[in-house]
Formats: sequence, structure tokens, C-alpha cells
Amino acid sequence: MKNSQDKSSGTTGFLGGLVVTMGRILISFFVPVITFLVLWQVFIFLRDSSAPQIVIVLVAIIWGVAGVAILYVVSNWFVEQLPGPWTRRLQPFVYIGPAVVIMGWYLAIPVLRTLILSFKDEIGATWVGFDNYIFAFTDRIMLETFRNNLLWMIVGTSFSVGLGLLIAVLADRSRFEAVYKSIIFMPMAISFVGAGVIWKFVYTYKGEGVGIDEIGLINAIVLALGGQSQPWLSLPPWNNFFLIVIMVWLQTGFAMVVISSAIKGIPLELLEAARIDGATEVQAFFKITIPYIKGTLITVITTIVIFSLKLFDIVRVMTGGNNGTNVIANEFYLQRFTYGNTGRASAIAIVLLIAVIPVIVNNLREFSKERRAF
Amino acid sequence: MAASYKNQKIYSSLVVNGVLILICFLWLLPTLGVFITSLRNSQDIFTSGWWTVLPHKENMQTDEIKVDASVNVDEPMEIEGVTATFEELRQGVTLPDGRMLTWYGNKRTRTIIVTEEQWVGFFSKPMTLDNYVDVLTGKEIRFTDASGNEIIRKGNNLGSAFLNSIAVAVPATIIPILIAAFAAFGFSWLNFPGRGLIFTMVVAILVVPLQISLVPILQDYTKLNLNGTFLGIWLAHTGFGLPLATYLLFNYMSTLPRDLLEAAYMDGASNFTIFTRLILPLSVPALASFAIFQFLWVWNDYLIALVFLGDKSRVVTYALASIVGEKGQDWHLLTSGAFVSMLLPLAVFFALQRFFVRGLLAGSVKG
Repeated sequence: MKNSQDKSSGTTGFLGGLVVTMGRILISFFVPVITFLVLWQVFIFLRDSSAPQIVIVLVAIIWGVAGVAILYVVSNWFVEQLPGPWTRRLQPFVYIGPAVVIMGWYLAIPVLRTLILSFKDEIGATWVGFDNYIFAFTDRIMLETFRNNLLWMIVGTSFSVGLGLLIAVLADRSRFEAVYKSIIFMPMAISFVGAGVIWKFVYTYKGEGVGIDEIGLINAIVLALGGQSQPWLSLPPWNNFFLIVIMVWLQTGFAMVVISSAIKGIPLELLEAARIDGATEVQAFFKITIPYIKGTLITVITTIVIFSLKLFDIVRVMTGGNNGTNVIANEFYLQRFTYGNTGRASAIAIVLLIAVIPVIVNNLREFSKERRAF
Repeated sequence: MAASYKNQKIYSSLVVNGVLILICFLWLLPTLGVFITSLRNSQDIFTSGWWTVLPHKENMQTDEIKVDASVNVDEPMEIEGVTATFEELRQGVTLPDGRMLTWYGNKRTRTIIVTEEQWVGFFSKPMTLDNYVDVLTGKEIRFTDASGNEIIRKGNNLGSAFLNSIAVAVPATIIPILIAAFAAFGFSWLNFPGRGLIFTMVVAILVVPLQISLVPILQDYTKLNLNGTFLGIWLAHTGFGLPLATYLLFNYMSTLPRDLLEAAYMDGASNFTIFTRLILPLSVPALASFAIFQFLWVWNDYLIALVFLGDKSRVVTYALASIVGEKGQDWHLLTSGAFVSMLLPLAVFFALQRFFVRGLLAGSVKG
């Protein structure tokens, strides 16, 4: 259509067409730039302003949420201004682009960058070969963290999953199932720091002396039973188990909910048939329920093992890793933020990554099985 | 036969409910203790356990006896019908009717305190909201410790931390969902080169521990001046939440009926229209599930706030953890602070539990 116009109206038409096209390009170029500038100005305001906190909070929320939405609308509009084939070619990247860039920046590329840093010294200046890994696998503190993380993984996971399974099975036979499950599940909504405070109070210790009443639950019970009150959190190696109790308290609800929904999926006829054949409840549990929910159990166990591997907040708040309770993630934090040693911290992070590689491989295998269509 | 079967059923139901009630009781006990403590006077908290708000027997002072100046305190004395030496009275002498005599102080005080075990009912000591007021404010606070001394501390300003947590959690929930929804739509309904490969990368980084990112991202933040800014922590939460969000929403969106979308394409709707008018409304259940998941995760997060936000804009977890660090024995502040931090997530949790559980079941592995 533009061509026919050019032929009929000569040079003015051609110039006019050029101006329109140029104008369109300019507008489509400037709209995103202006949008970006406005958003940037608000960011500077938020960073440097001393306005009342409530104003900053409101502006921040609106700016953050609306900003992202506007960026999508504007870039989508920009792509739709392009000629048809280009729109079709570029539009998918407008949609997945931000996600891919952010995931790349925050997770994918850091794997390589941390790997590189793990071979450098504490400020990332010179290469030190495997020194940081020699530290990570031989230092006394690191060996202690490995022992403790193993405790968390084995004891914490088995108790969380075991209790979760027990409660799921029992609750399935009760009329008040929903109430019980809500109560067990509730700690999932509490932060690890909050849970830390709750349990610190349970374990609190005042010491010996005349007229001192213990205000911590455990010590009060021990005293009432005729024992001696103890500073539970500074008694290695048992303090690790007292900390693991907190994890069990937090994670049992998760295990219970997931296992419970798997149990609900077992066909009733299967259990009925077993009972008619004379199987006891215990037999039915081990011969039917367990095999049926095996997949779910493995998923739950994997999730909780990964959780206990990266565990940080509880130890940080309760003991700071002192008295033989240090864990890998806390040592990572100490190395990076207390001792300022990026090399060692990076090596520890890589150790954590290596520990989850089997799970990554398994996830990828499952995924490629599910989605042959890709 | 039928009767015994019925009996057996009742019996097993009793056992089942009994065990469950016991477990639930143990599960609630620590939180209950903290809740009750947060409502007690600071001095009561330091001198007696929280369970003393329940009815129990307690030694109460009922009388005070002045020993006459004529009595020789160095020899056994007769008081209230019993004869005892000063030393025995120091230890405490129990009268036949259950009352107990205890000498107060040294010999010269000539004072004997009579105590009696009495039943104390529910909440014998007054409850108060002072601890909440104290922990929320940033001004100076006063309270009495175990020995009755008045102590002055700087407040922890949990009120302002609460606002900061909202400023962090709301955008850090919505932004990743928005970005993930666009991406999930792209992966499930649009065709482009590298689609399979890029999505495989998403699956691969699902469980990467976030410790991997902290060191390099902190370097970037220092260069970009993003440390301690809201934008910085939103982006961090977005980055760490995106793989799971994209994965979950992709799983959901790819099951939407193909006919519906094709009909819309036939009508000449653009991708953007289809996404906003069709896909987003249809995906509300999945979006809601993930939103609750992410909100609780961000609100309760400590590590990311500690590393990227720090002291500049304290969030509740950070503020609470610093009370533990600075005033680890101030239980009136710790318990009320813990409850302030739990308030919103518990409300969200109980109001929207069904969505939360659905999200949990859809994909529970997060890095």
C-alpha cells in the first residue's frame, strides 16, 4: 500500500512515508527509554529519601509491582510495532526474557563465578589452587559441621518423616482429621527465627541458687522429677539433638500433608480386599500403604534432606554455631561475613552444590521422561 | 461377633484419637507457653514459669509473727504450739495443720513468716499488653527485672520492622509471579528456538542451594549500589523464587485446553490479549497457591534479609534475631516480638490453608 502511494504522489509522499516510519521508530524507541527513566527516578527517590516510612513503603510497593507490569506492557507494545515476522520471532523472548535473565544472573552464572572464586584467595585476587578445598575437607571445624549436618539429615529427616507418616495414617482414621492436621501443620507458617525464640524459651536455664525458679519448661520438668537443671544448649554433643527437635517440629507438618494426600489416593478396594483376605492392619500398612506411597515418600525425604543440608537460621539464632553445633551453612556465613574470606566461603558453597547434584540429575531424568514432546 | 467388632472399633478409635491429641498437645505447648508469657508482667516472667497461670497450689504468706523481745532466741522457743530452735526455724517448720513457719533474716529481725499452701486459680496475676507496646516502639522502654530493679532499654522498633517486612514481602511475592507467569506462558504456548534447552536449565537450577549465589551477587550489589535497597532484596527473592514459580506455572498452564487457545488465535487475538484475558484468569488457582507459598517464604526469610538488606531496613526476622542476640534473657520482649512476627503469616496460613497445601503438593523442592 505504501508503494502505490509513493508512485502516485511522488517525492512528498515518499518523504511523508519516511517521516511516519522515522516517527514510529523514534516513538517506539523513546517510550521504553522514558518509562525506564521515570522508574529510575523513583528508585533514586526510594533509595535516598527521608520521607516518613509509611510513604516510602507505599511508594515502594506501587513502584515495584507497577514498574514490572509497565515494563512488560511497554516492551510488548514495542515488539508489536515491528513488522509481523519480527513480532512473531521476538515476542516469545519478551515474555521469557526477564525470567531467563534474572535466573541466569542469580542462579546459573553464580555457579560458575563461585566455582572460580573457590580457587582464589580470601579477597578473590590471586589463585590458590585447591587450598580452599583442602580447608573445606580437612579443617577441624568443617569436619564438625559435616558430622552435625549428617546428624540433622539422618535424625531430623527420619523423625520428621516417621512422625509425619504416623500422624497421616492415624489422622486418616479420625473424624477430627482436619483439626489435628492444622495443628501439626501450623509451625510451617512460623519463621525459623520465631521458632528459635519459642524453643529457646523451652530450653532456657537460669542456673543454681537459692530461690531461683526455672522458667524454662524442660528444666522445670527435670526439677519436678527430682533432677538437676541444665544449660541444655551448651552441652555437646546432645545440644545438636535439642536443636534437631526444632526442625522436627517445623518439618513434620510438611511431611504429614504430602504423605496424607498420597494415602488418600490409595484405592479403597485394595485395602478392603486385603482385609477380607485376613490381613491385619499392620500387614496392610507395610504390604499396601507403604509400597503405594513409595514415590511420595522419596520426594518428601529428598526435600527434607535438602532442607537439613542448607539449614542455617535455627543454628544461627539458637547457638550461633558454638558449643559444637556448627553446620555447613553457618560456617559459610561465618567465613564470608565474619572472617571476610570469599575463597573459603565459595568452596563451602560448592560443597553444598555437590551434595545436591544427585537430586539435580534425578530431576532432569524425571523431567526428560515426562516431556518427550520438547 | 458384631458387638465385638463394634467394641474393637470404638477401642481403636480411642487409641487413635488419644495418640493424636497427645501429639497435638506436645506440638502446641511451646507456642502456648510463648503466647502466655508475652501477656505477663515482666517481673512475673522472670520469677515464675508461665504454667503458673494455670490453677495450682502455691505457698502464700498468710501471717507474720513478731517474736517477743523477752524470748531468748538462742534456745528452743515455743511458737504456735511447736517448739523449735532458731536453726530449725530458719529451715522452716511445718505445723500439724499444714502451715509453715520460716524465720525471716537473722536473729535480730525477730520475725517469722507464716505461709500456707493455697490453691491459686486461673490468671491469679494480671495480664498485660505492655510487652507488645514495648517491643513495637522505637523509644526508650522501662521494665522491672527479677529482683525488682527498673531497667531502661532502647526499644527494638518492631513496628517499623513490620512495615519494612510488608514493603519487602508484597512486591517480592507479586514480581516473581508476574515474571514467572509470562515465562511459563512463553514456555508452554509459544514456539521459539532453544525452548527445550532453556526450560531444562530451569529444571536443573530448581534445587541449587542459594548459598552458591550469595558471594557473587553481593559483589554485583556492591558495584551497583543495590545493597540495603528494597529493589535489591526484591530482585534477590525474585531470582531465588523464579525457578520454582516458572516450573509450577508451566506445569499448570501446559494442561489448559488447547482448543480454547486455538479458538482465540483464530479470532485474531494477540498473544498479549490471550495471556491477560485468558491464561491469567484460568491460572488463578496456581497463581494463588504459589503466591501464598512465596509470601510465607519471603516473610519468614532471615538469610537473604541478613545478607542483602541488613541493618538499613530491618525486617521482622532480622529485628527478632537481633533481640535474641542483644537481649537474650529479656523474655517479655522476645516472646511478644516472636508473636508480632508470627501474626501475619499465621493469619494468611489459616485463611488460605487449602491453597497453600495445593501449592505444597504441586512442587515442594526449592533451592
